[in-house]
Amino acid sequence: MRLNQSGDSTSSNWRFPFFNLAHARFILKMAAVQGSIVDAKDEADIKTEPAADGFGNNHANDAGVLSASPGSSAAAGNNKPAAGAPEDQQTLLAVLQFLRKNKLSESAEILRREAGLPEEVLDPKGADSAGSGLGSGADIDGGDASALLSRVTVTAAGGAKAPTKGTVHSKSSAGEDQPDVNVVLSAYSQQGDPALYEVYYSGLKKFIESVLDCHRAELSQVFYPLFVHMYLELVYNNHEAEAKAFFEKFSGDQECYYEEDLRILSSLTKKEHMRGNETLLDFRTSKFVLRISRDSYQLLKRHLQERQNNQIWNIIQEHLYIDIFDGMPRSKSQIDAMSGSLAGEAKREANKAKVYYGLLKEPEIELPLDDEDEEAENEEGKPKKKKPKKDSTGSKSKKQDPNAPSQTRIPLPELKDSDKLDKIMYMKESTKRIRLGPDNLPSICFYTFLNAYQGLTAVDVTDDSSLIAGGFADSTVRVWSVTPKKLRKVKTATDLNLIDKESDDVLERIMDDKTASESKCLYGHSGPVYGISFSPDRNYLLSCSEDGTVRLWSLLTFTCLVGYKGHNYPVWDTQFSPYGHYFISGGHDRVARLWATDHHQPLRIFAGHLADVTCTRFHPNANYMATGSSDRTIRLWDVLTGNCVRIFTGHKGPIHALAFSPNGKFLASGATDGRVLLWDIGHGLMIGELKGHTECIYSLRFSRDGEILGSGSMDNTVRLWDAMKAFDDLETDDFTAATGHIHLQDNSQELLLGTYMTKSTPVVHLHFTRRNLLLAAGAYNP
Amino acid sequence: MAEERRQKQCSVSLPTESMKAMAESMGVGQLQEESCAALSEEVSYRIKEIAQDALKFMHHGKRRKLTTSDIDNALKLKNVEPLYGFQSQEFIPFRFASGGGRELHFYEEKEVDLSDIINTPLPRVPLDVSLKAHWLSIEGVQPSIPENPPPASKEQQKTESTEPLKVVKPGQEEKGAIQGKGQNTPAPDNKGKEKGLIRLKPRSTHELSVEQQLYYKEITEACVGSCEAKRAEALQSIATDPGLYQMLPRFSTFISEGVRVNVVQNNLALLIYLMRMVKALMDNPTLYLEKYLHELIPAVVTCIVSKQLCLRPDVDNHWALRDFAARLMAQSCKTFSTTTNNIQSRITKTLTKSLLDDKTQWTTRYGSIAGLAELGADVIKTLILPRLAVEGARIKAVMDGPVVSNIDRIGAEHVQSLLLKHCASVIAKIRPQPDNVEQYRTDFGYLGPMLCSHVMKARTQAALQAQQVNRTTLTITQPRSTLSVSQSGLSGSGGPRTPSIIKVPSSLTLMSPRPGTPSQPSPPATKYIVMGTSAGAASTQQVITISSSQSASPVTSTVPSATSTLQPLVKLEPGSGSGLAAPRPMQKYIVVSLPSSASSLETKSSVLPSSISSTQVDGGIKLERSDSPAASTQSPH
Repeated sequence: MRLNQSGDSTSSNWRFPFFNLAHARFILKMAAVQGSIVDAKDEADIKTEPAADGFGNNHANDAGVLSASPGSSAAAGNNKPAAGAPEDQQTLLAVLQFLRKNKLSESAEILRREAGLPEEVLDPKGADSAGSGLGSGADIDGGDASALLSRVTVTAAGGAKAPTKGTVHSKSSAGEDQPDVNVVLSAYSQQGDPALYEVYYSGLKKFIESVLDCHRAELSQVFYPLFVHMYLELVYNNHEAEAKAFFEKFSGDQECYYEEDLRILSSLTKKEHMRGNETLLDFRTSKFVLRISRDSYQLLKRHLQERQNNQIWNIIQEHLYIDIFDGMPRSKSQIDAMSGSLAGEAKREANKAKVYYGLLKEPEIELPLDDEDEEAENEEGKPKKKKPKKDSTGSKSKKQDPNAPSQTRIPLPELKDSDKLDKIMYMKESTKRIRLGPDNLPSICFYTFLNAYQGLTAVDVTDDSSLIAGGFADSTVRVWSVTPKKLRKVKTATDLNLIDKESDDVLERIMDDKTASESKCLYGHSGPVYGISFSPDRNYLLSCSEDGTVRLWSLLTFTCLVGYKGHNYPVWDTQFSPYGHYFISGGHDRVARLWATDHHQPLRIFAGHLADVTCTRFHPNANYMATGSSDRTIRLWDVLTGNCVRIFTGHKGPIHALAFSPNGKFLASGATDGRVLLWDIGHGLMIGELKGHTECIYSLRFSRDGEILGSGSMDNTVRLWDAMKAFDDLETDDFTAATGHIHLQDNSQELLLGTYMTKSTPVVHLHFTRRNLLLAAGAYNP
Repeated sequence: MAEERRQKQCSVSLPTESMKAMAESMGVGQLQEESCAALSEEVSYRIKEIAQDALKFMHHGKRRKLTTSDIDNALKLKNVEPLYGFQSQEFIPFRFASGGGRELHFYEEKEVDLSDIINTPLPRVPLDVSLKAHWLSIEGVQPSIPENPPPASKEQQKTESTEPLKVVKPGQEEKGAIQGKGQNTPAPDNKGKEKGLIRLKPRSTHELSVEQQLYYKEITEACVGSCEAKRAEALQSIATDPGLYQMLPRFSTFISEGVRVNVVQNNLALLIYLMRMVKALMDNPTLYLEKYLHELIPAVVTCIVSKQLCLRPDVDNHWALRDFAARLMAQSCKTFSTTTNNIQSRITKTLTKSLLDDKTQWTTRYGSIAGLAELGADVIKTLILPRLAVEGARIKAVMDGPVVSNIDRIGAEHVQSLLLKHCASVIAKIRPQPDNVEQYRTDFGYLGPMLCSHVMKARTQAALQAQQVNRTTLTITQPRSTLSVSQSGLSGSGGPRTPSIIKVPSSLTLMSPRPGTPSQPSPPATKYIVMGTSAGAASTQQVITISSSQSASPVTSTVPSATSTLQPLVKLEPGSGSGLAAPRPMQKYIVVSLPSSASSLETKSSVLPSSISSTQVDGGIKLERSDSPAASTQSPH
């Protein structure tokens, strides 16, 4: 158990040269959440990653890792962390103080020395001042690692507006000098007459109901955050009965999509409960974002000031972020489409950063290889038709897409010979690809896992569709070959010595025919396996599990190569980069991490989500990655800088599936609410909503040319949607009007091309083969 | 709605009594009310917290069911030691107990004798995970293969039959309808056309594939063939196979034609087989029969009220068939009766009419009473109870009057026992307590005294049951002295526990064991009768031999069964010694029990008619008493 190891290993682990500030703050938060020191120590164990950390140091460090050729194992960031800007110092001080407070003086000392801080910071006075400085700087609990990280990284990137900066809300009450969760809560300590809360709330309600229709929908948005904060204030001040009455009276008014949060809230009736509740911390540490037109806002402001309704005005000032825009107030449906996330809508500026969503140029190796290819074709006696096709692709690839990132923005591994061969195969296959469309639906081949006893938790298929892997609740990972080619292990070392290394078929010779079988089982995890991913070259397999590790398996030896430890909590999803080498993971600890297979520590930590990161996907150009979360938002992160460049809100439940369109322009997301939402990455807008599924969507996949979107769900159906039409319709719209408002027409039924029921088999995975045959997989649950 | 739910959410917390009980189990004797309240709030909060986390694990485990391991994982997240020993895939068998004003749920841990475990042969190793591929769709069309679900779900069939003009939901149906039903339906090419003036329901064709035709042939042959094992299999297939939707019209025609022919030929066995097919069709959870009731109901009703169903009405037990069919009837009334089709009232009207008719024969009279009685207590109260006196007089006339014919006499006997059985429980409910024989006689005439004794018995029975209600004992319905066609007809959709319709060892055929001639009348000496018992857990066959001599108590011998399902055999051998003036040849009844669901929906319905009693009440007629106590001690399971 974690408890045991943490006890004595704490001090030894501190030898690692790096102390990750972002992480430290994060730890603080988790520690606060757990409310136990033991945990905090335990968390400290994982601080060993040299992730994106403070300031210039961050930059140097990251650049170091990324520019190092992926093949090399250059230990990134052995550089001493430079003493950061005051901001970082403050953070560091907060961490130090926390450690001291919890009697971890030894660790504190080491950290201090690592950071090169003068000794006096550790004396109580210094700590105090540091703390108070911090108190005004950000919400002390240090909980919002994301905020810190993004702020830090953004400053590094050169002062661009940080997308997540909003989550750092400042200017809260001064004089909070303990970096503890208490501070957060104490914001609630302002006393008002508890009996008046209902009066205030219903007064506001009456007012909003009486305003003009066009403003009502917008102003109604404040109900929910107000309700939550007022309730929490009541609870915090021990007015339990009033709180209950307040909840009962007004909880029914809230939008149905907040039901989940309300349920959590309803169970929270005591001040003591507030200390350990994560959801509550989210409410506190991040401001609830509302988008309101200027007119509506003025109306509200005037009303509150006239009535001298300070209670509500204070809450709005302190806990709400009102994103005011000029123009027409939005309609109810427009608001509903975008709201639903844990912390309100995304701010408009959060989605303003430029995203290079274009695809990378295909490597130049094609031409010579194509000749070979052609020769092969010639031998087969069908020399025709090949030429023009190749030319067209060739010319296309030469034209630089203005939206594409530069080829070397992210250092990518060099292509090996086997990769080139695979590319040829890919080219060959894609010439035989079926052109899909509404009149030409794909065939679906369903792989059913029998006798899985409800234990199938994850599935992945290799790009060439030759292997299928399944992750199971019993901690195993199984790999099947779905082609006649059986799975074989490499021979043992002694046998390998015997073979002739010069022979042409050495790759064939190293395989041990005695081990040939249709499936292989990989043992190593100690908890349900929630995510698996094949490497593009099919030599490796990644799996992540409840036990907090990500494991890399070799598909040549069928053994575990590395266990990546970093997430201390269940890891929900992992995926290889489309170019291999890198991979991402996301888990219950609310962060996503970017790793390189040759580093046992993550290269980046992407923090910002307010709840579990439930799914992670790489953009096809590998420069970006998307994460979906239980906080009902999707974030797009820049792999290079670590910044969050897009926040998409609109889902009403935890997100369980993400898919990028093959051209990299669009993102599809599916959630437990059974809806698929389509997003335009470049503009940062929602562009479509596909309704039809009745239960959680676990799988989304675009066809190879992006014409069809397949979705698989818990409701035992595979549905096919007309993605072309969904995106085409969009282009005629003038949504670039910059208001960021969308008019979604309800055309799900027109876009739905087919629904295919399985026999009580939830659809866990979808995959389009290179020829556009749809493979689906799931376990039969009788 | 949502508001209500939410308000409920707000105030749910564990009762303080639970806190006390838990404290006591930990050795804390006196816990103050206040601390209990505080504890219960805290505990409820923590439990909710853990449940929320557990839900997360369920979602990621891609399951719909929360399992114990989810809870364990949630506890692990909170750094709490998980609960060991609750590993259970399905459900945790919490038991309920009350006593001393306390109500407790507890987890029963039985002492396990290790040597038993060691000595029992190992169970079969569960099958390993395997991967199987099939075509879910071929270029947009879902092939109808066993791996795919049937093209029309039950709900769809229902809406189709109840609201035929409803616009089919695209996505839900349209694809299936257009593509599944295939080539001959002119698929609407474009949406514009579809929005035209007239909306034509696509003509559905009932073309069967070659496989389906073969299947149909095999199934129907097995259902009416001589091999009981095959029949059991076939019926099982009908009752469980999800893909029969398209064959339903054929089956229904088969049944209705079969009944028509066999009633004329008085072929009891075949009629029974056909009724069992009806039952199997009704049990199939994927079929919605409403469209075919016009064929099925007449067939069933025929089997209830037909004047003659067998060649030898004096010997053959056509009564059992009537009972069985009556239950089928009641079931279909329950399932399909709506305000538009009025099935129940139409059926009631028909049956009442024949009941009121003086010229109705005893057989038909029996059938109509049985049919009405199965419809429930209300029907009995309003339609049968008022007739008791009249019927009593009629029975009396036959019993005490000059010997008319043996057939009439048996008929009267059966009607009498049927009336007693069904009416007693109803009367017990509506009449005030003191049961006075004289009072009964004045109220009900000839049947009064007997009714009185039955009612009293019913009352004691009810009292007994009330006592037992909180016990978790499993009472297996004693098949003792009941003699009837399977009661499985009553149990609605068969209940989830029913493993199959009928699994009878092949040696026990419903009819004469002579091969190949199922249509022949059974020999007088032996009679096999199908009956149902509750599905018990024992894997033995009970052979209960009852000799209906004066003092006979049932002799039950248990025979190890080859099959694993419980198949008690009840052998009733009316000893000739007791038969005074029974003009019948000596007869042996063998009752083959079918593992039926024996649900406790209606306790009275388990009381089977024409029971054999060991006491002779009247006139030395053997088959007399009904209402064996066991019949109403249905286990609550």
